[in-house]
Amino acid sequence: MTTTTDTDTLLERIALLERRVAELENHPAQGIEDRVALVVFSGDLDKAIAAFIIATGAASMGLEVSMFFTFWGLSAVKKQKIFNGKDLLEQGFTAMLPGKLGDTGLSQMNFFGAGAQIIRSLMKKHDVSSPEELFALAQELGVRMVVCDMSRELLGVKDAELVDGLELGGVATFLGDAARAKVTLFI
Amino acid sequence: MTSFDQTLDVKGAKCPMPLVKSRKAIGDLPVGQVLKVVATDRGSVADFQGWAKTAKNVELVGQETVNEGGQDLYLHFIKRTA
Repeated sequence: MTTTTDTDTLLERIALLERRVAELENHPAQGIEDRVALVVFSGDLDKAIAAFIIATGAASMGLEVSMFFTFWGLSAVKKQKIFNGKDLLEQGFTAMLPGKLGDTGLSQMNFFGAGAQIIRSLMKKHDVSSPEELFALAQELGVRMVVCDMSRELLGVKDAELVDGLELGGVATFLGDAARAKVTLFI
Repeated sequence: MTSFDQTLDVKGAKCPMPLVKSRKAIGDLPVGQVLKVVATDRGSVADFQGWAKTAKNVELVGQETVNEGGQDLYLHFIKRTA
């Protein structure tokens, strides 16, 4: 009697495992954490476009996405320039750096901003979503966006200069997500 | 022709919009139903294969390319499985 029960239990468990194996074989990328972690270090428009396209694409595929904006990458998530209450050096940085995504230039062939305008007009011509639309879409799709607080302070960027609704964090915030991510990119 | 329940027109949309719009549409679709996506973006062919390979809740049940008025249309049939 006991033997029968044990056999049944075992058969049941084997069937369960077989189903699980088949399931995993069908979806090789499926796991406990289907996450993508992006470091946006660069403040160039072209690289920001790449980052936002990867982020929105990944989020659409059902992946969890974390974006970490650090150093020059802060330019991609700024909304304005504020000079009040800053020292001379900070004011200099504020003057020299883009005040928003719309002010960023290309990493190549920028020609004092003309290149960026050409790329934007080409994107429009080819019906590619604008960098701003991609950013808004990323937020809408639930992409986690974290601003590196250390570089924010270093560059003298005030909270009020950043787009609303972003998180603040540090290297461990990034690594906490990156360690559980299948894809990590430094852009 | 693969059978389907609803159609989504993403003609003219470029990467990553066909995927983004399809993801939204599949979220509104009852489980078990098939969405037919009509795209003009050539990259969408490989994109939808990649999506189906990665996502837990979708299955690519068919892909076709048809020519309509001199324009290539890429049809993707995706089933919501969960």
